[in-house]
Amino acid sequence: MTESADKVQVKEGVDQDTVDAVQSVGEKYKYGFSTDIEMDFAPLGVNEDIVRLISAKNEEPEWMTEWRLAAFRRWQQMEEPDWAMVNYPEIDFQDIYYYAKPKSMNIKPKSLDDVDPELLKTYAKLGIPLKEQMILAGVEGADGVPAEARNVAVDAVFDSVSVGTTFKKELAKAGVIFCPISEAIREHPELVKKYLGSVVPQSDNFYATLNSAVFSDGSFVYIPPGVRCPMELSTYFRINAENTGQFERTLIIADKGSHVSYLEGCTAPKRDENQLHAAVVELVILEDAEVKYSTVQNWYPGDEDGKGGIYNFVTKRADCRGDRSKVMWTQVETGSAVTWKYPSCILRGDDSSGEFYSIAIANNYQQADTGTKMVHLGKNTKSRIVSKGISAGRAQNTYRGLVSMHPKAKNSRNYTQCDSLLIGDKCGAHTVPYIEVKNNSSRVEHEATTSKVDDDQLFYCRQRGIPEEAALALIVNGFAKEVLQALPMEFAMEAQALVAISLEGSVG
Amino acid sequence: MALARKALFEAKTADAVARVGIADLPRGGKWISEIRQTALMRLHAQGMPGRRDEYWKFTRPDDLASRDSIPAKLLVTDEKPMFTDIDRLRLVFVDGVFDAEQSDPLVEENLEIETLAEAGARDIHWARDLYGVLVQRGQSPVDRPFATLNTAIAAEGVVIRVTGKVARPVSLHYKRKNAHSDAWLHNLIKVEIGGDVTLLENGPAAARINTVLEVDVADGGAFHHVRAQGRDHERRATTHIFARLGTESTFKSFTLTVNGALTRNECVIELLGDDAHATVAGASVGDGVFHQDDTVFITHDAINCESRQVFKKVLRNGATGVFQGKILVKAGAQKTDGYQISQGLLLDDDSQFLAKPELEIYADDVACSHGSTVGAIDENALFYLMSRGIPRALAQNMLVLSFLAAALEEIEADPLRDDIRDRLERWVERHHA
Repeated sequence: MTESADKVQVKEGVDQDTVDAVQSVGEKYKYGFSTDIEMDFAPLGVNEDIVRLISAKNEEPEWMTEWRLAAFRRWQQMEEPDWAMVNYPEIDFQDIYYYAKPKSMNIKPKSLDDVDPELLKTYAKLGIPLKEQMILAGVEGADGVPAEARNVAVDAVFDSVSVGTTFKKELAKAGVIFCPISEAIREHPELVKKYLGSVVPQSDNFYATLNSAVFSDGSFVYIPPGVRCPMELSTYFRINAENTGQFERTLIIADKGSHVSYLEGCTAPKRDENQLHAAVVELVILEDAEVKYSTVQNWYPGDEDGKGGIYNFVTKRADCRGDRSKVMWTQVETGSAVTWKYPSCILRGDDSSGEFYSIAIANNYQQADTGTKMVHLGKNTKSRIVSKGISAGRAQNTYRGLVSMHPKAKNSRNYTQCDSLLIGDKCGAHTVPYIEVKNNSSRVEHEATTSKVDDDQLFYCRQRGIPEEAALALIVNGFAKEVLQALPMEFAMEAQALVAISLEGSVG
Repeated sequence: MALARKALFEAKTADAVARVGIADLPRGGKWISEIRQTALMRLHAQGMPGRRDEYWKFTRPDDLASRDSIPAKLLVTDEKPMFTDIDRLRLVFVDGVFDAEQSDPLVEENLEIETLAEAGARDIHWARDLYGVLVQRGQSPVDRPFATLNTAIAAEGVVIRVTGKVARPVSLHYKRKNAHSDAWLHNLIKVEIGGDVTLLENGPAAARINTVLEVDVADGGAFHHVRAQGRDHERRATTHIFARLGTESTFKSFTLTVNGALTRNECVIELLGDDAHATVAGASVGDGVFHQDDTVFITHDAINCESRQVFKKVLRNGATGVFQGKILVKAGAQKTDGYQISQGLLLDDDSQFLAKPELEIYADDVACSHGSTVGAIDENALFYLMSRGIPRALAQNMLVLSFLAAALEEIEADPLRDDIRDRLERWVERHHA
């Protein structure tokens, strides 16, 4: 099943993002095609043998296999959480493939001609520039291609495996390790052993525990002390195979005084069945280090009747371990049928800071329950939350957050602003903030409003000849501007286009 | 997995059953006996709240749910009781039991007033359609077992029907003599079309008190409520207000909470008629290891209604202030104006403020704002006052009182507001740093 709504060929060069962004305005979900490609699957379902199989496929050492099995045994004792404001039919965890790998990846292609053309076409359609595309498809020797002025190193995860990581040599020169986590487990076991599960423990929650048992791949980043990562790092997640869950694991370690900006994108084909995505992202940030983590989440949201779509149950957490460390989460959530996601900050180091900027857009029958946790443990810690929820159609959008000032977190600050916008009278917007303040030198401020698109603003735009839909996109973009401004340039353009797409047809 | 949950549930139910059996229900007429038995059945299904209940995240229900109450010393004070100077119809309850001798004759224009004992003794009564009904409506989406339990076993309280504007406030004056009293009060007020009444509550009710106040306000009716909770330090209180509002009706409730080992005030309001107005406000002050929880749930289910929640808490020396507020705007409740503010002022590092200001909205043409802030006294403001020659302690007291003022502003009647303010001023003077 190959869908051909997107006929535009991807052109070389950095401006392609802009081209895509402009063209994507007014289009339906444009990443909904599927790639017809031969896959190797693990047997259906999950049990200890499957966990061992995934571990074996990744050629993991014994300690890793045991780590996974411990998680699996724990998971069997756990119950699926039901506190989020989302409704979906019960998931049969034995009716999912936990491992799927393109057959062509078994033997690494030697040249562009050897690369499975379907795989190539997939990257082209997803808008990955050609030079990167060569590398992404696993072509050996392509690393030598000179880098563009503004480069983004990409790790591409296709179903259960990483199919390629670009600019590894360039990064190695700076001492940066950027590779699939499966490779890191083999080649940097001391780092993985030390940090994996140290932010999100194996038994953290139902989905994170499942992920700990069955994660197949993901990205690993280590930035050495004092290094400012020479380019942006990016992981592109693609679910392709049917009935397959994606369980990726990302571990980023920013050593003392380092700096990295990391981008994450994700898409999936249109299918009538729901598919599960349960990822874990762990950020370890040491003294004076800074991590900026940006996500454009564009999993398939299901059709206009709510059929199909990805269940996106993700655990993301940053541990600001060192003094003066800093993390910034930025997310644009437009995809997925159901989202359950709370990128959090543990502000352990003194003077550390956490920021969370989010736009969540839910259309048709989408349900999003997302927010953040700011746990202030260290002195003089600061956090800021800006969350914008937009609901249209019959969608439900919930902001759920926690701000906690522990007794020892003296002189800490939080500012939270969460706004919701409703488009139409059949959708819902909800806000569930928890505030816990246990010392008196800290200050917490929370404000939230829910409002309709201002009729006056809409009238003003219409009066000046702007079509209603464009006007609506304009107003919402203004509303969401604060969040979009925090995105890296590459994503800001894409995000603006996404805002417009998601609002298509919702006036009425 | 499911087994663990079931076991937990059964334990909770068993706890509730251990406390009450059918034989324990108070004696009464047919109508009230049926309601009590139904409530007991419901309680068996609900169980009592446990520490893991999300709705009890910030407040431990153990001491409220335990079989026996914890004795609480009586507060010896020469302070004159609240509302003494206000012309009112006074009903006195001693350790949760109506005392006719100390009370005024139950006669007032535009008012039908009976004790629950009297009303409940009849075989049929108009209250049949209302008693426990609003409690039951308030059990969704969250169970409130303490209110269900109250409906089952409360034998004391008043039943009031308001047929017009009532000149004097009705005052429920609570007194305590017993250090072990465990009291249950259930008050029911039906405000008929165009009726208008003010209800006052004050005084130390019991070592452990559980109250339910059901208020049904018909079209164009008005209900005003000002309550001062007894400041006997060791008492434990769980109170509930369940209100239902008709078209163009008004509901305003204010609660002053001073100290107290444990206070949980729940207020559940449904705005069912268009253009109705509801205000729930509270000022609480705690100096010591006290726990003060205000939990409010307001449902907008009509057009063009307004609701306000205004809560201020001043905390010191280990005091904990809790606010759980929710505005639910149902589909179709367009033009809703929902306002919510909760603020904690922490006077030292030992105190804490825990809040969950929640919104759930299913209508697009609404404006719901909520805010919550926590912090210490503003040093700049303090400096400003001190630079003008005001001693530090006095300046701080002024700032505390001005912080509380916004909640007091929600009280409509001047004499009542003045009485509350006076009480707070003296508390602040007694407790200044």
